[in-house]
Amino acid sequence: MLKLPEDRTETHFDDYKKAYTDNQAAVEANRCLYCVDAPCIKACPTSINIPEFIRKIATGNVKGSAKTIFESNILGMSCARVCPVEVLCVGDCVYNEMGVPPIEIGKLQRYSTDTAYEEGWEYFEAGPDTGHSVAVVGGGPAGLAAAHELRRYGHAVTIFEAGDILGGLNTTGVAPYKMKADASVAEVQWILNIGGIDVKTNTTVGKDIGWEELDQKFDAVFVGIGIGPDKTLDTPGEDLDGVIGAVDWIAQMKLGTYDMSGIEHAVVVGGGNTAMDCLRELCGLDVPHVTMVYRGDEDRMSGYDHEWDAAKKLGARPEWLSLPLEYQGSGKVESVRCQRLDSDRKPIAGDEFTLQADLVLLGVGQTKLGEQLEPLGVEVEWGRLLVDHHGGLNRKGWFAGGDASNGAKEVVNAAAEGKLAARSIHNYLSAATTAPGDL
Amino acid sequence: MPDLTSNTGGIVSPNPFWLASAPPANSGEQIQRAFDHGWGGAVWKTLGTPIQNVSSRFGAVNYGGKRAIGFNNIELITDRPLEVNFKEIYETKKKYPKHAIIVSLMVETKEEWKDIIKRSIDAGADGLELNFGCPHGMCERGMGSAVGQEPKVNEEITSWAVEYSTVPVLSKLTPNVGDIVPHGLASQRGGAHGVSLINTIKSIIGVDIDNFVPQPVVGTQSSNGGYCGAAVRPIALHMLAALSRDPGFNIPISGIGGVTNWRDAVEFILLGASSVQVCTEVMLKGYRIVEDMIEGLEDYMRQHNFETLDDFVGKAVPAYSEWGNLDLNFESIAKIDPEACIGCQVCMTACHDGAHQCIHPNDDPAIRVPVIDESECVGCNLCQIVCPVDGCISMVEVDNGYDSATWNEHVNLGAKLRPKKGAH
Repeated sequence: MLKLPEDRTETHFDDYKKAYTDNQAAVEANRCLYCVDAPCIKACPTSINIPEFIRKIATGNVKGSAKTIFESNILGMSCARVCPVEVLCVGDCVYNEMGVPPIEIGKLQRYSTDTAYEEGWEYFEAGPDTGHSVAVVGGGPAGLAAAHELRRYGHAVTIFEAGDILGGLNTTGVAPYKMKADASVAEVQWILNIGGIDVKTNTTVGKDIGWEELDQKFDAVFVGIGIGPDKTLDTPGEDLDGVIGAVDWIAQMKLGTYDMSGIEHAVVVGGGNTAMDCLRELCGLDVPHVTMVYRGDEDRMSGYDHEWDAAKKLGARPEWLSLPLEYQGSGKVESVRCQRLDSDRKPIAGDEFTLQADLVLLGVGQTKLGEQLEPLGVEVEWGRLLVDHHGGLNRKGWFAGGDASNGAKEVVNAAAEGKLAARSIHNYLSAATTAPGDL
Repeated sequence: MPDLTSNTGGIVSPNPFWLASAPPANSGEQIQRAFDHGWGGAVWKTLGTPIQNVSSRFGAVNYGGKRAIGFNNIELITDRPLEVNFKEIYETKKKYPKHAIIVSLMVETKEEWKDIIKRSIDAGADGLELNFGCPHGMCERGMGSAVGQEPKVNEEITSWAVEYSTVPVLSKLTPNVGDIVPHGLASQRGGAHGVSLINTIKSIIGVDIDNFVPQPVVGTQSSNGGYCGAAVRPIALHMLAALSRDPGFNIPISGIGGVTNWRDAVEFILLGASSVQVCTEVMLKGYRIVEDMIEGLEDYMRQHNFETLDDFVGKAVPAYSEWGNLDLNFESIAKIDPEACIGCQVCMTACHDGAHQCIHPNDDPAIRVPVIDESECVGCNLCQIVCPVDGCISMVEVDNGYDSATWNEHVNLGAKLRPKKGAH
């Protein structure tokens, strides 16, 4: 697999949520009320038994604590860093009801899982060989979660990854103050340590190997292809240097270097969480003027409140109800001409303004990749693969999870869906063995 | 303004807060600083033939992230020369004439008692405390709790001290006995002007589980020590109350054992203590804790219109009764305030696993406030104890129409009992 260079732009960042010391973890863990039928567990897509892992930290059983986490979520280390806990487990902590600061579940989970990594604790081994083989298409969080779980059942797994590095957006897309690429790569290796996972990087299914071929070579297929490149808005001037897709820019910064010298004015187009990440990252890279251009208003933005609050604190400035009309410059972008919109997002005639810009990041969403499976008869809606409650596609032996089917959610959703699909695949393969023809 | 003046068998101090005979009362320099902070008295760390101590000496019980809720030590009596101690007693008394200096003593022979008592009084002691309590080290040499566990020896040595002393004498009792009362009565028969209790409880504070040695570790071994700190308070309160309510016992008591703040002190006073002695909390937090103790006690006295300590010394003793005199027809049940409830449901699992299975989830899973089956609730308090929200669960008295009836009345007079709850 690709080795990451040392001098990546992302290494400029420190963790915005610092790791706990032993003492800090113990104090926080002891605050946990150890709720019954705990709301935090219900808020976690992977249903980690949070009160239990926290109690184990409190008693000094950190090894058991991490086991509790990983048994529910093999990506527990990255999720501890990247989960929007404010709207998941921490948001549902009963202490919120009491007006007491909620338990820092993410930081405790990081403490526990980091310790497991540092100590080299191993918890899982592959199940006895079943003779079945499964193709996992896509080496991102969903595919990794599925592959690991399939190995626990004893099925042979081959991961097909189009890129040269595993981990998907966990490696290429996470804001570096939450997690850097090398941590994701370490997690990938830790997951692969279960053994028996054949990884084929730089291998695009549909190009280097046909989709139908998978049916011939494998007993089941998991599709975790994620989502595609940044969308553009066909705005004039998008081809100028310095106008770049947000996800593309983040990946360049995380996997290598992006030359930020001379960038004084940066504009981020969009109001989702990718845009929020870009705002915080640009501020963190000491760009003096960082502006968000968003067609909606603060109430309608899809970015999380806590992310926008953080961006504001760092100095990011909004232009609500605004739309880029043209990126201007000769060869390289110099400014953005924008149209002001009314509250119904209709252009207000004659109300235009121009922002200076040395860098424009387009955070207006990513393309969906599901349509390439339509020729196989797979149901696709708005580019999204349609799955049933078990992660099954409407093609025998085919399953899916992660952004490809959920439309782009969190890493923790991908981890949950990958695991669910693995269980469904196992049930499918077991049934096929015991009662051939039944399915 | 309430008057905090305390009088324990003739030992008068400006307030009832004394340093117990222990490391915080080891030297004149320390005790003078304690007096500056506001302590009303100090029981000088036990004088006797100076000993040699071990290292380490202390151990602690930590629980739920809270350090040292229980504490123990294997330190012995003073290791400083007697003449140094007496010189510092003299200087301290001279500098702080209104504060009480009580000198704790522990020697073996009658002659030694006579000599050390005279020297203590000459140095300026306002009172003496006979250390009949130390449960480690000294008892192996026939002193400390070895005396306190033998009423006859206790009585005899007390009588010697009273004979030789011109100042009040307190006997400090050991809790390492089945029943404290005969020991308090023995000191009283010996002529003591009061007793102090409790001394520390014989204990092993913990075990080093990787090296297989009890704690505190001295090289490769350990020894039992004296348990103290907040965790021992219930034991101290019981022994204090047992003596206070005994009709034959009528000398003052200086209460000791897990006093950490003004509220604890009030509890001791309500069960019969005329003064309270503190060691562990000072070891953990410093002399400065006395400011809050004084303030809290004054405020408590104002709230209850108590002008002097005598207004409430022993005020809770009459309500300390035998189980057989408790009203079996008194009925209370738990009520949850749905507004205050945060939905942790800890009460539910406590009731299910540890009590009488009468707190259940709401039928509507969207509502996290549990439901109490009042027909099954026995009023045990467990839910209230585990609830993290103050005032959320209250125990409410139920009028069940039955007249009061105790077990004794039921057995002796046939008093009618209400039907049992939760006993199916």
